[in-house]
Amino acid sequence: MNKSWWKVLCVVLLVYAVTAGLNVFNAPAFEVPRLNILNESIRNLYFHVSMWFSMMILFIISVVHAVRYLRTNNLRYDILSRQYAVIGIVFGILGYATGMIWASYTWADPNNPAAASFTAIAKEPKLIGAGIALLIYAAYLVLRDSISDIDKKARISAVYNIFAFAFLFPSIWIIPRLLESLHPGGQGNPALNPRDVDARMRLVFYPAVIGWTLLGVWIATLKVRLQFLKHKALLNDTNRH
Amino acid sequence: MSSIAKIIALFKKDLLLEVRQQYSFYGILLYIGATIFVLYLAIEEPESRVWNGLFWVIQLFICINAVAKSFLQEPRGRMLYFQTLVSPQHFVFSKLLFNGLLMLIMSSLCYLLFSLFLGNPVIKALPFIGIVLLGALSLSLVFTFLAAIAAKAQQNAAIMAILGFPIIIPQLIMLIRISSAAFSAAGTIPSTPVLMLFAMDVLVILLASILFPFLWKD
Repeated sequence: MNKSWWKVLCVVLLVYAVTAGLNVFNAPAFEVPRLNILNESIRNLYFHVSMWFSMMILFIISVVHAVRYLRTNNLRYDILSRQYAVIGIVFGILGYATGMIWASYTWADPNNPAAASFTAIAKEPKLIGAGIALLIYAAYLVLRDSISDIDKKARISAVYNIFAFAFLFPSIWIIPRLLESLHPGGQGNPALNPRDVDARMRLVFYPAVIGWTLLGVWIATLKVRLQFLKHKALLNDTNRH
Repeated sequence: MSSIAKIIALFKKDLLLEVRQQYSFYGILLYIGATIFVLYLAIEEPESRVWNGLFWVIQLFICINAVAKSFLQEPRGRMLYFQTLVSPQHFVFSKLLFNGLLMLIMSSLCYLLFSLFLGNPVIKALPFIGIVLLGALSLSLVFTFLAAIAAKAQQNAAIMAILGFPIIIPQLIMLIRISSAAFSAAGTIPSTPVLMLFAMDVLVILLASILFPFLWKD
């Protein structure tokens, strides 16, 4: 059980995030402010926003490994870069899923048919920005699969990873702030602004972000170890040179 | 030879090739003409929002067609020859410069044809031309680098579209937003997105100079 303390921490934090986040034991410390419309659905903050934080952190880890690949030409970094990108996409999809549940209680108009609400919600700049991010990484995977030579695949996809990462910032952070939106956080980062999140909620929110991110890293390390085993011969070969 | 002289020499080479093998230049011209003519037959005089949206989408497709061949046209042997003569930065800068110029010409022509065939709802013509030129530059820079990636991956223009569309959306949204101000007499062109587009152009040039050396050699 080498280096397993953070896996224990991940489980502890996630158990804490779920029990305190949903306030299973009805403790007064984990009460949430009841805002109009939002009410108790604000508890989704611990899950929905955490997913996007984790996605961003996983993409950052992916691009760091891409840079390390270009510096060292070690295929291990290429495998790391790819696996973190895939898990980032998974967390992005989970972010969409949790957001969908949240929006169906807060944004969707019960008097309108579901399709009408959907077209209104789908135009949200934040949704589009996040969609662009996922498309970019999907394109990254397509590019990878289109090249058969392993070293070439690693190098070109690392270059695209870094180039595309530079465009993630405008698509996720800048564009949604330029366009008017129903989604909170138009004037800055809502989850990081102390005035926006109630003090009691921050007690759960920050551990939840760390917990979900650790879970993402955990899944990625499992996949990476599997890939290392699969490409054992290849990796040993690069180490010998 | 200084860096500038090398870039100019490479740029001249591309220009000469273009002048001698005019099929690609006329090919793009024909592409623009045919597309706009089809649009004219389909919708005649669209309202300004449609006009604007169509204009930028057409710019996007023209850019892909104009820029896609820029790295594919260099055979392997010639690339090896360049590698002995110039640094990768010189090479990529000359390509950025050439494709930028090509797109500036194509976009101006596209605007001209749009106003001839589809009517001209643009009220602030001069600012709009400025935005068109800025947009042409932004598109050409991004797609030049993607063409380099696609050429290395030995793929056709299809992979360029897959790689490029998600990346270009933020810039395209900004361009459409800014230029929509040129269709009404009231309101001014917002300056923040314009500055942001300039910043992104600088970013693309920086990234191209840092990352292209990794694409340069096999």
